[in-house]
Amino acid sequence: MKFKTVAKKILSAAVVGTMVLSLAACGGSGGGESSDDSKDEGGSEGGGDGVTLEFQQWWGVELPDGALADICQKFTDDTGIKIDLLSNPYADTKTQIASGAASGTMADVVGLDGSWVYDFAKQGSIANLTELMGGAGYDDSQLSSQIQVDGNTYMIPVVNFAYPMYANMDILKEAGIEELPTTRDEFLAACEAVSKNGVAGWAIPLSSESPSGIQNQFMTWLWASGGAMLKDGKPNLEGNAELEATVEFVKEMFDKGYIAAGANSMKEPDMVEEFTNGRVAFMTDGVSHLTTIKKEAPDLNFDYLTVPVVEGFSGTRGMDVANWGIGIAENCEHKDEAWQFVEYLMSPEVNAELAVLANAFPGNSKAEPDYSSSDELFVKAYELFQSCEAINEFTGAPTSEDLMRSFGEELQLYIDGDTASAADMLKAAQERWMPAFE
Amino acid sequence: MTKGKKFITPYLYLLPTIILMCILLIVPIVMVIGYSFYDNVIINKNPVFVGLENYSKVLSDPVFFVAIKNTLFFVLISIVAHFLIGMLFAMLLNTRYLGVMTKGIFRVIYALPWMFTASVIAIVWRMMLNPNGVLNYLMTNMGLISEKVEWLASRDVALASVTLINIWSGYPFYMISILAGLQGISTDLYEASALDGANAVQTFFRITIPQLKPILISLLMLDFVWTLQQFALIWMTTGGGPVNATETISTYIYKQGFSKYQYSMASAGAVILLIVCTIIGIFYVRQQKAGD
Repeated sequence: MKFKTVAKKILSAAVVGTMVLSLAACGGSGGGESSDDSKDEGGSEGGGDGVTLEFQQWWGVELPDGALADICQKFTDDTGIKIDLLSNPYADTKTQIASGAASGTMADVVGLDGSWVYDFAKQGSIANLTELMGGAGYDDSQLSSQIQVDGNTYMIPVVNFAYPMYANMDILKEAGIEELPTTRDEFLAACEAVSKNGVAGWAIPLSSESPSGIQNQFMTWLWASGGAMLKDGKPNLEGNAELEATVEFVKEMFDKGYIAAGANSMKEPDMVEEFTNGRVAFMTDGVSHLTTIKKEAPDLNFDYLTVPVVEGFSGTRGMDVANWGIGIAENCEHKDEAWQFVEYLMSPEVNAELAVLANAFPGNSKAEPDYSSSDELFVKAYELFQSCEAINEFTGAPTSEDLMRSFGEELQLYIDGDTASAADMLKAAQERWMPAFE
Repeated sequence: MTKGKKFITPYLYLLPTIILMCILLIVPIVMVIGYSFYDNVIINKNPVFVGLENYSKVLSDPVFFVAIKNTLFFVLISIVAHFLIGMLFAMLLNTRYLGVMTKGIFRVIYALPWMFTASVIAIVWRMMLNPNGVLNYLMTNMGLISEKVEWLASRDVALASVTLINIWSGYPFYMISILAGLQGISTDLYEASALDGANAVQTFFRITIPQLKPILISLLMLDFVWTLQQFALIWMTTGGGPVNATETISTYIYKQGFSKYQYSMASAGAVILLIVCTIIGIFYVRQQKAGD
């Protein structure tokens, strides 16, 4: 009996000890891997031996298997700085980075979407790259763009994804359309023709879960014709004649039944699926989906065009661009090493390699990606992109996703007939946007 | 053993659990409650105590009231349907008119929805409820509808569609629990009732239901709390849209936090939800104690 009691006590003590140790291990694991150890082992500038940087992004999931790891390994071989890749799908990455920003535990280097930058910068959770570039004597003229807040750079676009328009050539041919539309009127005529064959003309994903359809599909019409939704960095929705015309144009397409069904709950992948399955004649989408579409539907006969413009427009066409951006966490203890890594990714050779792997366009203007083995359609998209002005006004805007969502809701109310006019709709959207800019 | 040692010993045994509960439960809850009394925490480096202002803002937000209305519809319809379907299937599986093999096969089939994760359920149902999906195809061919219904994209039917998905995914929990309860009811009771001349309906209401009462009350309370907090399914199917048509308290809180970056407002909304869940939790514990 006594032995049993002693044994029980020893067992209990062992369990308690194990649990306390495991808790201590939990608390210390992050630091041990990426920060504390490296500090002890000397995260010296330049050398970087023993420093491990966490790099959280969604790119690894979208690039060919192991491609990002190989690129990072080359950096480790050159500098001794280890890169711990934290790759997850886009939505998960966003939530994890937002949580990390809130708790001050963001990974050292983070993949960023332009629409997140303003909030993280204002929150003070991502580092001022202007200072880091200055400190390192970096020549930033080679960067094709920089995302700034209050005059300071917080994100550098590593690669860019253009959003041209896709056209299903077989559907158009069947409807008797010989030439790709270049103006909105021609586009409506093409939609009218294909709709007679029971095919939708265009698709727009307006799901509340992922409201990027406002950015990547709706606003592309406005930007293509040189319009803007902001003026001096503030919302310019109310009384904006070009935007009003765009709203009316999209409403007309809805009213005439040119838009693919289910738009209000559609997400971007659903739209791509509609196009891939030959149920939509046109869609505005990223070039990044080219490989997927070719793989899913090898026989699909499609082509690229720039988004049609308003009649009489003769200026440079705008093309929506999204990007894989990069930033450094403010809580990163090895900012110099982190900057070295960013500089490495932005170097012309590595940047060109990433661009080719990602089916994207480089963020370094001196990079010369070798697209010779790329699909000829991709090369055409690159040419179209170069002939247009890259634009995305949501990049760097405050609470971008919420701006898109509220605009999308007002647009749906107008389309459903709950709002009397496009002017009223834009007035309501303006009222919902203003608090974010104050 | 001294008196002090005797007093402290049980607490030492409880210490690991207490430490874990503090870290994983108490600290986050206290932090969220604390956040709800400050102006925008996290974004604002030096947040100021604002008392109940965030609660006032949340409770005066018309979208929050839409969310409450939708949540009530979603929760009440879901738990009633879960109960009815779960009871029906459990009784079918408990019948003596089916063979063991048949019962086994149907038990697996009926329980299948519970095996899927929310993301799989959302993807499957999004495909089925697509305007070009299976459901519209079948209904059109059967002559039930003349034009495609936008199940998740129409403000008129989106909430009902999402509720239907939740009913489908949640009834097996009731079915399995009730089936376990039914198998625990003594056959003596049914034999006695048969001798007394009770018919099937009387047997169901006078024997089956009273015998299952403790299980049913627990199920209803747990389901109420779980459905109230349902987020993943709604988020992945409609995201609370179109135009707030399926906005529930959980999606409202998520948008406040991760889309608007209004963490204090999100915390205030979360605390309101916590209060409701706590009230239900108290009833649940009381009921469990009474059962003991």
